[in-house]
Amino acid sequence: MAELSFVGRRLPKIDARDKVTGRAAYINDLKRPGMLHGKIKYSQYAHARILNIDASAAEKLPGVKAVLTGRDIPEMRIGFMKDITPLKKDKVRQFRDEVAAVAAVDPDIAAEAVDLIKVEYEPLPAVFDPLEALKPDAPLIHETDARGKPAKSNLLSLRWKLICGDVEEGRRRSKYLVEDRFQATWVSHCCLGVSGCVAEFDLDDNLTMYSITQIPYLAQNDFNAALAALGLKDKNTRIISPAIGGGFGSKLDTHVYEFIAILLAHKTRRPVKILFTREEEFMAQPPRQPAIINIAQGCDAEGRLTFRDVDMTLDNGAYTSWGATTPSVMMVPISSLYRVPNVHYEARCVYTNNVYSQAMRGYGNPQATFAVESITDELAEAAGIDPLEFRLINANRPGEVTPQCFKVTSCGLKECLDQVGQRLDWPVKKAAKKKARGLGLASLIHVGGGARVYKSDGHGMIMKIDDFGKVTVITGAVDIGQGAETVIAQVAAECLGVPPEDIQIVKGDTGICPWDVGTHASRQAFIAGNAALAVGAKLKAQILDLAGPMLETDPADLDIKNRLVFAKSNPERNMPLDKVLRRAHFTSQGKVLAAEHFYDPPNEMLDKEFKGNLSCSYAYGTTGVEVEVDEETGRVEILRYIAAHDVGRALNPMLLEGQIYGAAVMGTGYALTEQLILKEGRVMNDNFLDYKLLTAMDKVPVEPVIVEPIDECGPYGAKGVGEPGCVPSAPAIANAIYDAVGVRIKDLPITPEKVLAALKRKRGET
Amino acid sequence: MKQILNFTVNGEPVSLAVEPHWMLLEVLRDQLELTGAKEGCGMGECGACTVILNGRAVNSCITPALEAEGAEVITVEGLLQPDGRLSRLQQAFIDYGAVQCGFCTPGMILSAKALLDENPQPTEEEIRAALAGNLCRCTGYTQIIQAVQAASRKED
Repeated sequence: MAELSFVGRRLPKIDARDKVTGRAAYINDLKRPGMLHGKIKYSQYAHARILNIDASAAEKLPGVKAVLTGRDIPEMRIGFMKDITPLKKDKVRQFRDEVAAVAAVDPDIAAEAVDLIKVEYEPLPAVFDPLEALKPDAPLIHETDARGKPAKSNLLSLRWKLICGDVEEGRRRSKYLVEDRFQATWVSHCCLGVSGCVAEFDLDDNLTMYSITQIPYLAQNDFNAALAALGLKDKNTRIISPAIGGGFGSKLDTHVYEFIAILLAHKTRRPVKILFTREEEFMAQPPRQPAIINIAQGCDAEGRLTFRDVDMTLDNGAYTSWGATTPSVMMVPISSLYRVPNVHYEARCVYTNNVYSQAMRGYGNPQATFAVESITDELAEAAGIDPLEFRLINANRPGEVTPQCFKVTSCGLKECLDQVGQRLDWPVKKAAKKKARGLGLASLIHVGGGARVYKSDGHGMIMKIDDFGKVTVITGAVDIGQGAETVIAQVAAECLGVPPEDIQIVKGDTGICPWDVGTHASRQAFIAGNAALAVGAKLKAQILDLAGPMLETDPADLDIKNRLVFAKSNPERNMPLDKVLRRAHFTSQGKVLAAEHFYDPPNEMLDKEFKGNLSCSYAYGTTGVEVEVDEETGRVEILRYIAAHDVGRALNPMLLEGQIYGAAVMGTGYALTEQLILKEGRVMNDNFLDYKLLTAMDKVPVEPVIVEPIDECGPYGAKGVGEPGCVPSAPAIANAIYDAVGVRIKDLPITPEKVLAALKRKRGET
Repeated sequence: MKQILNFTVNGEPVSLAVEPHWMLLEVLRDQLELTGAKEGCGMGECGACTVILNGRAVNSCITPALEAEGAEVITVEGLLQPDGRLSRLQQAFIDYGAVQCGFCTPGMILSAKALLDENPQPTEEEIRAALAGNLCRCTGYTQIIQAVQAASRKED
């Protein structure tokens, strides 16, 4: 490959200047003329019939412009299974259920008005454990499905079942076989920017939503459906995105509060803003879903995996988000992390009266990999093989096709394992183990070349260049902080032979920017990067065609570098780019210098058996940690944290390392400290004192290792990296704790209390 | 009943009528339109609202506005140098990749500034301690600490 000028460089984020100066405007900072403030009244029960709502006192409060309950709004069903209504009419099914909403001239009045709304309930028996909820006598959370068909149980009508090979045959061939059960609980995304939106109608009843969604074009569809439900047929939604204060998957669904803002704006004919408090963010923003995982795995005498059998129950909570589809991504590590010929996986999602859950960074992969990589250590021990050696025996290789029919292109897993082993001095430290210190590792596979979750995995991009050589890239990509815009600018600059500062990114407006399926599946660098390559090539060809006659050179012999168009065969023959460009316009019958491209990658949707090449390429990685466990307190200290990632190619190593550092700390929090505590459906820790996010004082000494096997499908060889870093943290740490003190904690988070209790059990003290 | 609050913001004297229950953050954001300081929790737990009050980093969301009477307040908007250049801390945050979603960034920079103003060559542990009240969900803190270290090394 030719030498690269901008791709591969540690360029700062293009929006960083706005962010360090306080100029970046988030939803918090947005005001519209005449804007009202919306506030939501939530349920006081986990499961109850609504007998009566008295909003009369709220309506009379000066400054209140609208009060809505479920009885004031048209039938409107939202969510992945259409089992949510924006305001609940007859029954509440979770503590966060929205029963009424207010729009008022300021937030204080709105809050006061909400307090004045009196709701009478008749409490109903509730169920908070998904396994209990499956029993025949469990209270039914939904009496009917979205179409009105009576429901028989709390089991969702989604079936997740993957069968590859013959697990029974695999069991028979196993010399060693282990089985265990693992559990993961709710965690909150904890975006520093809380949820919020502004809904505003124009005089033609078209809606403008100022929204922080990760999926603007799918959200447009959802909001247009809401307009239709309001009787506003053929009206349109335009989504405008301000700066977004963190995503991590929390904005992959459209949320109830957004529909309530639309209803209030429609009712009042004024812009309505809803902005969550932090308590609401913890309580009413769906967390990562919990999982109960039974897993068995076997190997032959040489340590080669023979089968993997996984059964999983997910706590859906009271309603269904796209998070109910995380089993489709859990299948990725279950079927394809290490070479395992026979795989069986079944998962079910169950309604409970807990808060409903959704996906979070990794989309189910962290839960699944916690089980897979914990049991892999158990199996290695049973077989008497070193855990690193065991994984090297089973490591995926480039070019293989996995049992789920993933066509692996590049694969740097072996190198990641080797790097972790070397940097941790694995054999030496293992041989000379110190008391209460231990080493552990875990690997990951994730989609790295987009993921065909929807029928399209596409991305539209438009590029134009002006008279002065300044380039405008119009993209549907949403940047949630990860740096997609910067990487797009680098690729565009590389293509067009201009410096990145000549590239301006236009984004965040569905009325201007072409369609994109969303910021998910670690896809933007790969997908938008490939789009930028394609559209950049088209625009460059137009420029060179224009320059050909001017330089009396065949356009095929022309190139652009450093804002100069030149003949490759004779660089002396050249012309400044801007001079060429002006000729496009300042001439008779000139032309627009612009190009567009819709890049839809050649990946496949999973078929009915959940098989197919979901992604163009797959990202791998290995995390290795050294821990010290305080046997008196149960506290775990992380002494080393090596995060080796196969990224194809680092388009921007500084931003890439930022993804690795951030994901590693998020993953460490998932492993050790984070837990949204629910007591009979009620969130008990709705603040940062009681929900333990790691701080700058909690040192996680992450050492990123970038492995670059240059992927044939990626832009300049790159694969996705946004989610992978948080996937292997929990099992790596759990494995290291086991190595250190001989106790295996199987339910997250691994708190000092759990470690201490396990140590006491081990010593026979309880 | 509103009371008159006199204080200095980013070097400029300000006088305005405030309700006694208003917090400094509300006054900065809603009255003075200095929206660089963010509300991430409203309870003094996340640090996104950090500003410098008489040389000390404070959570402006739990600081009553009237406590700023006669005080000097610095917000992120006040860090630009007179010629429009960024301060070295701001530049270091850019150069070291310390910014992702950016919501915590203004507060983080001001906590770091308060530290460096008092202790120009802090150790890593001192930096970590100074930033302990500023939560960041994106970066894992490493590049933020590197940025503060870099800013502490550089001469103006």
